Amino acid sequence: MRFILRRTAFYAFTAWAAITINFFLPRLMKGDPVTAYVVKHQSDFNPEAIDSLRTLFGLDSDKSLWQQYLDYWGQLLRGDLGVSFSKGLAPVTDVIASALPWTLGLVGLATILSFAIGTLVGSVIGWKRGSRGDYVIPFATFFSTVPYFWMALIFIAIFSTRLGWFPASHAYDKGTVPNWSWDFVGQVVAHGTLPAVTIVFASLGGWILGMRNMMITVLDEDYVTVAEAKGLAPQRVLRSYAARNAVLPQLSSFALALGFIVGGTLVTELVFSYPGVGKMLLDATNAKDWPLMQGLFLVITMAVLAANIMADVVHAILDPRTRMMES
Amino acid sequence: MTVSNFPTTEDSEVREDSPTEPRRPSPLRKIGQSFAMFRNGKSITGLVIIGIFALTAVFAPFVAPYGPLDKDYNALKQPPSAAHWLGTTHLGEDVLSQIIYGTRGVLIVGLVAGVLATFVAVFVGVAAGYVRGWRSESLSALTNVFLVIPGLPLMIIIASQYDDPSIVLISAVIAITGWAWGARVLRAQTMSLRNRDFVQAARANGETLLRIITVEMLPNLTAIIASSFVGTVTAAVLGLTTLAFIGVIPITNLNWGTILFWAQQNGAFPDFWWWYVPAGLCIAIFGMALSLVNFGIDEYVNPRLRSAGERARAMRKKGMSMTSGVTVVKATPAPQSEESAQP
Repeated sequence: MRFILRRTAFYAFTAWAAITINFFLPRLMKGDPVTAYVVKHQSDFNPEAIDSLRTLFGLDSDKSLWQQYLDYWGQLLRGDLGVSFSKGLAPVTDVIASALPWTLGLVGLATILSFAIGTLVGSVIGWKRGSRGDYVIPFATFFSTVPYFWMALIFIAIFSTRLGWFPASHAYDKGTVPNWSWDFVGQVVAHGTLPAVTIVFASLGGWILGMRNMMITVLDEDYVTVAEAKGLAPQRVLRSYAARNAVLPQLSSFALALGFIVGGTLVTELVFSYPGVGKMLLDATNAKDWPLMQGLFLVITMAVLAANIMADVVHAILDPRTRMMES
Repeated sequence: MTVSNFPTTEDSEVREDSPTEPRRPSPLRKIGQSFAMFRNGKSITGLVIIGIFALTAVFAPFVAPYGPLDKDYNALKQPPSAAHWLGTTHLGEDVLSQIIYGTRGVLIVGLVAGVLATFVAVFVGVAAGYVRGWRSESLSALTNVFLVIPGLPLMIIIASQYDDPSIVLISAVIAITGWAWGARVLRAQTMSLRNRDFVQAARANGETLLRIITVEMLPNLTAIIASSFVGTVTAAVLGLTTLAFIGVIPITNLNWGTILFWAQQNGAFPDFWWWYVPAGLCIAIFGMALSLVNFGIDEYVNPRLRSAGERARAMRKKGMSMTSGVTVVKATPAPQSEESAQP
């Protein structure tokens, strides 16, 4: 119980910190592109939209900072993130909602796949240490440092342009309206495969190396020796004794690496012109669409937090000790 | 959280030198010892590769056959040739020269960001590990917040607020988003050091806090500090090249990411491979060299990693398997077959 409380407090604190950073970012910046935009396009806005932008970007400097902060929170709790400059002044929440499913599907699936495959391969290599499996290590090292976007470019050049196996960009064929037909699902799969494979390959190496190192450390523990001495089947020792313990630090680093992976996948989306959150963030950056950028940062941070909570839950299920005590 | 997976550097040193008789190390030997973590195949390979890149960066004007922006309008988008080893861009610029000069941008930002981030990490991490109670908890909470907040989107947003961000600013932004991992590891290690006898003894002797931290603790943290520095530099290089590739960093800051940015903007994909393959390979090779240094440090800190492969191969030579559950019994006076019995 204490564990759950502590974690809840931590996540609440992190969420608060992220939102507060988001509040201060535009206020710390020199210059004020938003005022310029609002003044120039005053006639296009309705008064409410202007009010909400004022709150978001600190244009209401006649109020005290504390009052601004309270207004900002009130607005967030109502789900109002302002209006997007580059998307015809549509509410930012709607604009983000249109991109979020694509990213969650692609990045979520690819990251979980990569983690699963990497952990599996890593545990086998660690188990059969000194065997030919060790030759995987240099390749894993190399692939773990290749930038995501470069690998995406190379994959497009090879599998899309040269071999023509997969389409090089977008999430579905041009001119198709998203619907729930088999044809459309097929298109989504065809378009999603190459980006997913890129993300899996680019992040696989880190998982393999991490798991292998943990396996080797765990295999020297006494309880593994005892399990072997008892004459348990090697498969059982591998799965229930060694791998189960080795995967715990792996899960913690999964939670911590997420922020980094998300960064890499954002750029992957750009290369593939995939209509997700990452491409939207970069488009917003180029268009100097501040409200959309702020909103996206908030949403991305919250998504990473949510994934962290899930990793925590899995960790608690696998390891009874975390439930019993903390620090 | 207080439990660290790393045996301390102290432990591994003891394990290494245990059979030798105690003797006063000469000052020179002492200095050599503090570099012991780099004295293994992996670290040396990594350091040599990094050294080559560093020399290339320093002597760029002598190494590069052309200036990075020299344009040769008679040789546009040429494949590699004797005159242009890595071909030319759409403006007839020499790709090899751009990569050589680009190394400078990468190394400077990597170094500055790495130093800044390591400084913050050591400060926050050691402080959080040494003090107790709410101060330790709040520093730890701060670290965790920065670990969770995704760095790249934050970098993009901050960098894009400036029309012409300077190198220092870029490095600072990368450092702000990259110090937390090192601080976390350092905190755990400091907490375990804090209760060791030699630190207790120093405290009992009435040594000042500053002296306890700098003289008693920091030498035992060098391996972790080094590893967190190397890790931050890796992240900084990846962050910088990604930002440059996206185009939020001004193209006047020439680095490998800028080359990829130009290549993509000018339709190099997929036909003009000489334009985009080398820059990406350089990032990967440089990153791999840094990882190798870190693996070397890991193996120094955690000796099990170092010997795992060798021990297994040695056992296989004797006809035994590391992974079978059955204990091999040999009729001849054989060495111990249980893996844990190995020294």
